[in-house]
Amino acid sequence: MNAPVPYDHEIELSNVLERCNAAARENAIPSQDELPEGFSGTLGHFPVYFPEEIAHAAGLLPVNILGGGNKLEMKHADARMGSFVCSICRSTTELGLNGTLQGMTGFVTHPICDAAKHLAGIWSRNLPDQLAQILYLPQNVNTPGAARYIAAEYQRLRADLEKKTGRAIDDEALRNSIRSYNVNRRLLRELYRIRRDEPWKVSCTESYLLLRARTRMPCEEHNALLARALDAIRHRSLPAQDKPRVVFVGGFCEQPPLEMLEAIDEACYVVDDDILVGLRWLTDDVPETGDPIWALAESYVERSDASPVQHDARKMKEDYLMDMLKKSKADAAILTAAKFCEPGLDEQLAWSKHLDAENIPYLVLEFEEKMTSFEQMAMQVETFAESLLFALA
Amino acid sequence: MSTATLQHPAPAAADDFDPRAEGQRLIKEWYAQLETANARNAAVANVFVMGNAVEILRAFDFELVFPEINSLQTGVRKASEEYIRLSEDYGMSPDVCSYVKADVGLILKENEHPAGLIPKASLAVASNMCGTFIKWAEIWERWLKTPTFVLDLPGQRAAGWQVRPGDAQHAADARWVEAQFKELIARCERITGRRFDMDKLAEVEARVNKMVDHWNNVMALNRQCPAPFNAMLDGLTFIGIMNVHRGTEEGVEFMRRLEAHLKAKVGRGEGRVAEERFRLLFSGTPCYVSMRRLVELFETWGGVFAYSDYLTFAAGGMDATELRYDTSRPLESLAEVTALAAQRGLSNQFFAHERLAQQIKDYAVDGVVFHGIKSCRFVSSGMADTREFINRRLEVPTLYIESDLIDPRYWSDAQIKNRVDAFFEALHQRGGGAPLARKTVVA
Ligand code: SF4
Ligand code: SF4
Repeated sequence: MNAPVPYDHEIELSNVLERCNAAARENAIPSQDELPEGFSGTLGHFPVYFPEEIAHAAGLLPVNILGGGNKLEMKHADARMGSFVCSICRSTTELGLNGTLQGMTGFVTHPICDAAKHLAGIWSRNLPDQLAQILYLPQNVNTPGAARYIAAEYQRLRADLEKKTGRAIDDEALRNSIRSYNVNRRLLRELYRIRRDEPWKVSCTESYLLLRARTRMPCEEHNALLARALDAIRHRSLPAQDKPRVVFVGGFCEQPPLEMLEAIDEACYVVDDDILVGLRWLTDDVPETGDPIWALAESYVERSDASPVQHDARKMKEDYLMDMLKKSKADAAILTAAKFCEPGLDEQLAWSKHLDAENIPYLVLEFEEKMTSFEQMAMQVETFAESLLFALA
Repeated sequence: MSTATLQHPAPAAADDFDPRAEGQRLIKEWYAQLETANARNAAVANVFVMGNAVEILRAFDFELVFPEINSLQTGVRKASEEYIRLSEDYGMSPDVCSYVKADVGLILKENEHPAGLIPKASLAVASNMCGTFIKWAEIWERWLKTPTFVLDLPGQRAAGWQVRPGDAQHAADARWVEAQFKELIARCERITGRRFDMDKLAEVEARVNKMVDHWNNVMALNRQCPAPFNAMLDGLTFIGIMNVHRGTEEGVEFMRRLEAHLKAKVGRGEGRVAEERFRLLFSGTPCYVSMRRLVELFETWGGVFAYSDYLTFAAGGMDATELRYDTSRPLESLAEVTALAAQRGLSNQFFAHERLAQQIKDYAVDGVVFHGIKSCRFVSSGMADTREFINRRLEVPTLYIESDLIDPRYWSDAQIKNRVDAFFEALHQRGGGAPLARKTVVA
């Protein structure tokens, strides 16, 4: 009889990460045969935030559509979207036109910017069988009545999904979904706590892969993976290195390539970021009792994060950046923007002017999901990190 | 609607109304008024042309600054490049809306505009109709400390979206808009130190109703062949007044006289071009630095822009016929109409194929000209795909040209001329564009 294999957290973590990496690099969505049990279809949603609980309760696997990465060949979208539009919109269009996303039940985008809103029109013209729509999450959450309006919008979505799937979404199903996602939120908060407190234990790239895996699997499966990963991460005994602590902002919508994150990890500890912030938009648990739609809507107003594409008078963008820097005890910021992302580029400038005034070091980087060459960027990051270490010494 | 060709009797009286001159006079007066606003301690609001609650602001006697109009005016006055360069030197990306850049240039030049000094605003109202509005207002919010109100208008959610006045969806949307108006009113009261006057709102609305009636009649006149005005030249003056003077006596008077003037022109059988050979629809935003030149390139071929979707969304979406204020319930009605206008006229830009299909029919056009500009993603992001739809599925010929709203660096005369010429040659080959013996169009 073989002796039981001792638990090795590094092997465990690399197994989980491998699974996550496979999911993260997947542009395809699960086909009808591959759908996890309990799901009858997939609902694609564009960044930033989407209340996945509603799709989940409808038996539709929420799949966050994050563009095509740097391996996708553009065959159709070049003729359908101007070269001045950001990569994520163009590659999402490509995935729609080349058949990759053909099997989805629906696709929901949001009023984060005008390019993103146009995706709904492109979908309706080219994939008319799918439920294609804009979920009008408000840009004014400060007027009393915002939660009521969001609740009405969620109810509309709920009714549309019921009609499309022929399956009623009852309150109990929604509460169950909220419970699963609350577990997910807690696990993700813990992951980010470790990033802040012991950044040598988990890199930004690893954390990103762990988070991104949720875009292609049910929340429950993701919860199990995260729990395993967190356990392994806690057991890790990597030594702390002499690296500056930085926060990374600008990854709220189009995704920075993995190679870019790896290059930053090489030189810095990324102690907080806004990458995929939509997947952890609600910063606290959503109430598990009472009207579940109201609980989600009210959470959007009262317990939510910030991004350059949402206006909230309580969350001036410099304030949340400063808050991130303070809470994570970061020495500096990496201010990125996706090429052609108008809101990101506007924000990047405002952030840099603010950090100038506050005398906080920063590095400005522009990226594109389709980038394939990283040497120059790696050198920039390295030089920046060295100058920080020199200044901090 | 009838499909018969309208025959209008020639007017008896001589028509001395020159819309262009009168439009210029009104815009000049408006800028002169703005110049003294701060000295007069007048309340000043920055507003955008789409979804802006102007009726409420007028009820408080706010002087209105339209930063988009300021920016386009730098283009019209051939000064835009300087403003844009200033903002790029400051750090603005070359890839963002050039209107915003011209405005940042204006801030850097301490509000010195070719049309006069632009006053400091005590309030900004930004709707979500174009995402850039919000980012733009955030610049003022941070830099100039301008109190900002984001007016969130629920837009068209999907293709084939049918919302009718009074249905549950419309009621929910209107309720949200009304809640925001109430908050905006409270803000205006604080800023101006004045109580809100509902009767005054009703008066403004009554004037807007009149303007909208005339506006719709004016637009309908261009369904005639020959079209009495060019939607992308004369139309730009009309839309300027529609915005700047929305709800004023001068605005009503301008629109009334404009309608009479154009009716008379139609009655005389006079068109914008001497011999109208092609009726076209312009989709997108203008290129203010070279609009005259662009129109000339088309008119030399006998092509007239009978309509433009720009006139739909830049009129604030008020051109859908049943959008009239009920002045007996001014605030509720304002919310109801605003919610509908946001869906029918503004955010349906995101489902442009539906509106264009209708406009192609209404204006009996021979082709559609798309003007793509990288700095306005609101109109341009879905344009190539919409064009494909219009071309292939509706089988309507299209032309795509590219330049910018106000950045002269993107205007390439020879290239655009070649494309325009090739387009007309293709139209000719299709057999279109016979000298027009009064085409039958929907009237
Ligand atoms: S990357 Fe920027 S421009 Fe592109 S869809 Fe996202 S927010 Fe919009
Ligand atoms: S993006 Fe277009 S619609 Fe928006 S402010 Fe700029 S020019 Fe106007």
